[in-house]
Amino acid sequence: MSDKEIDEPTGVETTGHEWDGIKELNNPLPRWWLILLWISVVWSVVYWVLMPSWPGITGYFAGVRNHSERANVDAALAALDAERSVQMQQLLTVASIDEVEADPQLLQFAMNAGASLFGDNCATCHGAGGQGFRGYPSLVDDAWLWGGTLDDIEKTLHHGIRSTHPDTRISIMLAYGETGAFSADQIDDLVEYVVHISGRDADMEAVARAETNFVQLCAACHGADGKGDQLQGSPDLTDAIWLYGGERKDLQETLYYGRAGVMPHWTERLTDEQITALAVYVHSLGGGE
Amino acid sequence: MFTRSGAASKEYWSVVTEPNLEFARNADGAREAAAGVAVLDAAPVNSAASRELYKKREPIYPKRVHGKFRALKWFLLFATLGVYYLLPWVRWPRGPNEPDQAVLVDFAGGRFYFFFIEIWPSELYYVTGLLILAAVGLFLATALFGRIWCGYACPQTVWTDLYIAAERLIEGDRNRRMRLANAPWSFDKIRKKAMKHSVWLAIAAATGGAWVFYFHDAPTILPQIFQGTAPGSAYLFIGILTFTTYMLAGSMREQVCTYMCPWPRIQAALTDEETLQVTYKVDRGEPRGGHKKGEPWEGRGDCIDCKACVAACPMGIDIREGAQLECINCALCIDACNDIMAKVDRPKGLIAYDTDKNMARRLRGEKPAMRLIRSRTVFYGGVFVLVSAIMLFGLLNRATMDVNVLRDRTPPFVQLSDGSIRNAYTVKIVNKANVEREFVVSLESADSIASALQMQAIGETVEEGVLRVDVRGDDVRSIRVFATLPPATERPASIPVTFVIRDAASGEEMENPTVFLTERR
Repeated sequence: MSDKEIDEPTGVETTGHEWDGIKELNNPLPRWWLILLWISVVWSVVYWVLMPSWPGITGYFAGVRNHSERANVDAALAALDAERSVQMQQLLTVASIDEVEADPQLLQFAMNAGASLFGDNCATCHGAGGQGFRGYPSLVDDAWLWGGTLDDIEKTLHHGIRSTHPDTRISIMLAYGETGAFSADQIDDLVEYVVHISGRDADMEAVARAETNFVQLCAACHGADGKGDQLQGSPDLTDAIWLYGGERKDLQETLYYGRAGVMPHWTERLTDEQITALAVYVHSLGGGE
Repeated sequence: MFTRSGAASKEYWSVVTEPNLEFARNADGAREAAAGVAVLDAAPVNSAASRELYKKREPIYPKRVHGKFRALKWFLLFATLGVYYLLPWVRWPRGPNEPDQAVLVDFAGGRFYFFFIEIWPSELYYVTGLLILAAVGLFLATALFGRIWCGYACPQTVWTDLYIAAERLIEGDRNRRMRLANAPWSFDKIRKKAMKHSVWLAIAAATGGAWVFYFHDAPTILPQIFQGTAPGSAYLFIGILTFTTYMLAGSMREQVCTYMCPWPRIQAALTDEETLQVTYKVDRGEPRGGHKKGEPWEGRGDCIDCKACVAACPMGIDIREGAQLECINCALCIDACNDIMAKVDRPKGLIAYDTDKNMARRLRGEKPAMRLIRSRTVFYGGVFVLVSAIMLFGLLNRATMDVNVLRDRTPPFVQLSDGSIRNAYTVKIVNKANVEREFVVSLESADSIASALQMQAIGETVEEGVLRVDVRGDDVRSIRVFATLPPATERPASIPVTFVIRDAASGEEMENPTVFLTERR
């Protein structure tokens, strides 16, 4: 544009661009906007110098401050570990639950740590409150397959049950029906027997017929009185708690197909002190012995 | 001439007549409003009547005044700033593990300390009460005395006043400041401007600095700020408040009140015709005009149109245009005018605290009167007293403990091997006192079945049906408590029970009702 064109009503120069007879005025940018633009320009240069910015051939320019979010996270985690280390060390050496419970601060610490570990690792199978589901034992009641002392719970967490750990705990409820060890009638009789010893009304003739089989085969693990054995992980058949259900058809299913749930071992995933904290938490859920 | 819409209907405006614009000249040829009183070259630059839309700010150079209102403003300036800067340094011993700062908002610890009061986050309603009191107090003060908050106590006014004082100290009074502003750039001008802005920035930084003292232990954080080890949030807030103080009190000033602040609009609705406001007494002042020595005062108004009130105004308005939104009622024009009235030997109070009704009364020949008791002042006063009483009652009867019982929801109940039913509860006991206390927890119910419930707790033993727990001072303890219903008992689906927690020593007691569930519904 060689000639300046001045818009008459406003006295402002136009850009010469015209749309349907409307000409654009060449007003300057608002000053506050320009100031912000220049501040941003200056700031970007400052930022390049201070913070990681330019890519290079083998890496990148890390900036004068050598800032790294990754390093910050590591430092924050290390600081957290350091903050918790005293009580974590204390947890490593506790001998019994009484020792933990005698120290309200340590108990609170273990409960909080255990609660978050439980939510991350255990709640998937055992439920958010440790209530369990069919096939996954409830951790809040007072029935324990493998014992409910702090030591027992810790051992279960360390080694697992029917897990891949070399020291894992193994016990199997055989598939007596499937393997042909018992006939369908024999299984029905045994079901009546179990219903009877768990304190419910049963067909007493069937109970009498099943007695020999129970004493010869079942009693080896569940005991002559059917009260189970924590050393072998065999459940108590006389109480009100049933992992796979206590109705007749549940018991038939158990006898026919057998049962062998798996509890993984946690030594690869959790540290010893975390396992202790978890054991304290599970113990406090209500079932601890 | 000075009739503006809205004000035009008022009867006293009818006395306004064209002013006598003839001024006498003194020996030097300068215009004189009266013998020995110069006419000041001041224009009300921020007056709404002369203001255009999209107008650039015109700087205002308030002239220094002397008088009782100026003295009062100085006193309030030192008092309010003194409280602001010194309060964080006041100590108030509270015992071990607690800060000894009298006023402290402790975000990290979740406490608000105010001398003998210590508020936990769950008691934030006291702060709500405080805000209601502040609002209603302001309503009451405004209904009675107009915008005294704006004129005397508002931080914007106080800090602007301080900034103007610093400005005057370095650059001189109104005329010298105006001359300096119009002068070409010189070493002296740069020196003065640099000095002024440094002082302003120093005040601004001190303002932001003092602010963070209210959120951290002041003696601890002061050296940390200079060593660079204070928390980032402290620097952020110092930065924000330094910037806002510098901008708002340094260069925006009256624009904050006129354009940014909603309060002038709200206050306009709170005042009425009986509200005391800074008023130019039209009935006495008009018709205005220059007064020549020896002329009689009869048949004319007392206003000699010297513009001393305009020159003194920090808002850049002319009070003689009547009550207006821009006026913050700082009363500096009263002092300026009283000075002039003394010089021309007329009674003081041509501009004074007065009411619209009084002006009308005088015009009708009645005696002016003050009516402090009006329906709105009674209402505001009543609300103020009521809220104060509720607050006071709350504070005096404030519990030193708090209890929360959370019932386990997953699972809602547990069946044990012998067939009994157990519910688990997390009992949280808050000990607001500063000393360790023993609390007795018991389970009570109106339902006779509940007497069969047996209580157990993790880490504590239950003896004789009650649980005794120690809670450290200023701490919260949470205990897992079980209640078990033996198998042989009758089982309603839900049994209402109440946890009763009692301070073993003082007998202070709190109840928390909950239920005992026996089946899924």
